[in-house]
Amino acid sequence: MITLRLERRHPLPLWQQAILPLLSVLAALGLCALLVLWAGADLLRAYAALFAGALGSRFAILETFVKTAPLTLTGLAVALAFRAKFWNIGAEGQLYAGATAATWFGLTFTETPAWLLLPMLLVGSFLAGGLWALVPGLLKARLKVDDVVTTLLMNYIMLYLVSALVDGPWREPVSQWPQSPDIVEAAQLPILLERSRFHLGIPLAFVSAGLVWLLLARTPLGYAIKAVGVNPRAAEFGGIRTTRVVAVTALLSGGLAGLAGAGELAGIQFHLMEAISPGYGYSGIVVAMLGGLHPLGVVLAAFFFGVVNNGAQHMSRVTGVPTYLVEVMQGVTLLAMLAALLLNEYRLRWARR
Amino acid sequence: MELLSVAFFVGLLAATLRMATPLLFATMGELLTERAGVLNLGIEGTMLLGAMAGYLVTYKTGSLWLGLLGALLTGALLGLLMAFMAVTLGVSQHVSGLGITLLATGLSLYIYRMVIGAPSVPPSIRPFQILAIPALAQLPVIGPILFQQYLLVWVALALVPSTSLLLFRTSLGLKIRTVGENPKAAEVAGVSVYGIRYLCLMVGGALMALGGAFLSTAHFNMFLFGMVAGRGWISIALVVFGNWRPGKCLAGALFFGGLDALQLRLQAVGFQAVPYQFFLVLPYILTIVALVSVSRRAAYPGSLLLPYKRGEA
Repeated sequence: MITLRLERRHPLPLWQQAILPLLSVLAALGLCALLVLWAGADLLRAYAALFAGALGSRFAILETFVKTAPLTLTGLAVALAFRAKFWNIGAEGQLYAGATAATWFGLTFTETPAWLLLPMLLVGSFLAGGLWALVPGLLKARLKVDDVVTTLLMNYIMLYLVSALVDGPWREPVSQWPQSPDIVEAAQLPILLERSRFHLGIPLAFVSAGLVWLLLARTPLGYAIKAVGVNPRAAEFGGIRTTRVVAVTALLSGGLAGLAGAGELAGIQFHLMEAISPGYGYSGIVVAMLGGLHPLGVVLAAFFFGVVNNGAQHMSRVTGVPTYLVEVMQGVTLLAMLAALLLNEYRLRWARR
Repeated sequence: MELLSVAFFVGLLAATLRMATPLLFATMGELLTERAGVLNLGIEGTMLLGAMAGYLVTYKTGSLWLGLLGALLTGALLGLLMAFMAVTLGVSQHVSGLGITLLATGLSLYIYRMVIGAPSVPPSIRPFQILAIPALAQLPVIGPILFQQYLLVWVALALVPSTSLLLFRTSLGLKIRTVGENPKAAEVAGVSVYGIRYLCLMVGGALMALGGAFLSTAHFNMFLFGMVAGRGWISIALVVFGNWRPGKCLAGALFFGGLDALQLRLQAVGFQAVPYQFFLVLPYILTIVALVSVSRRAAYPGSLLLPYKRGEA
């Protein structure tokens, strides 16, 4: 009988590691091809439509960036947290916390000029998302409460909170659906390129990626975060206060997701509603893993899923393949990436027994 | 409807059992996989795909029993995939479980859209009916609560002592617990760690999917995208809360089932002192409170989250 065996090996050189995400994406495109064929569509035409819908015109490319920005921020949020082994699956809720804070600023400070209101709004959203993540962060660090479950449950709590707000005190009376009124113009992120939705939040997302890179690569805090992630007990012996590091990581991680919420609210929608995010928080997990938990990788992975998210509508219109293909592709990519990462540690050997 | 009448409480308790049923299936499934040392975060997606499969097979064949079979097989397949990732490849249980939830959720929506399309009113099936056991159902109070129920409610309740017997009174149960506590010792004693983990993940996945199918074939008569609504995550918390003991997990499931049932009733009688979202959010908040309260004495299975590789230290 021939069996597959795993043998330990030295990690691959960096340039070979960079191939792993490409392999996973190809595997995902390959497996999803079965679903495309089931939908009766011509495979090449469907995938061509997917990419044409995302990159085929100036407007399409700018829309792809509109999708890339929140994915970058939630991807960074997850990557930073995972680096410290803080299992933050709550970026979705933290995004909504940020969007809620942005709404509050935009509805409350109606007389404040934009130059003052926008920084207030962004900082407020960052803090809101950060504090929402700090709760499970502290529960984990101080009381050893499982972070996966608490961050997940906090998502539902936040969603019902938003639902109660837009259905209650913030309800816009004239609209048919539960939603808040539009925030004041001074609170809206300026559009940077005309005839598009390319708002200030998009470059800010990329700047955030640079800052996270600086934090991780060049600061003592970044070193502490990575040390806690590799071995918390050793980090503690080395004089790092793990409780504090986990708490700060949670705050920063949630803050990044909160910024994604600010961008969606103050840059795109302008009013709060239940469907402000199509699951950007959960996609952030895929983005972070595909990006190898590295800020630059996160930006590239976010761009890939920005393309897929944006192009899916066009593909669906042209070929009739349901847009839910995107969700499947995210799941398959994540699983494929996990398997591909194994190649970094192990050599696959076909052995005869 | 009169609040605080006997009829109100009888109705509430009967509904409690029904609302606890999907949680019970999922919790017993997760309990089994965690006892063998694998945390399966694929639970939420497995429940949704189980709900979809149960509905779709029933819709296509007209047979609820084939629907349940379809759900069981779907769950076992997802369990097999989880086993391949977490046992054979030995990669992160956290991330592979989340990957399976994403994949299964995506597949549920994709397959539903392919087969059913997007009609304004989702087509319904003829769901399971409530059965009454002759004579017993006529008993005052406990008759309507215990003996006028869906068949699956009884199955879920019977699953609790069965799981307990399996784990603590059979040699297979001993093997499962040994694999979960100390896989190395199990291997030395001649137990196949991989085999036990594969078995538990497949049976556990099937149970989770059955919990989802209860929602689409008994509780409702259709498939809705948001119908699992975090019940998988709550079940994971229930396993911790129940300290990996089937009986304690039952208590937790009944508590949350009761909360759900109460919430629906207060909404129905037009109770408006607080927004209805308050009652919807309560289970999630209480779950976190419960997790905090047991965190100090939680006795996680010894090898939970740790991959086991044959021949490696």
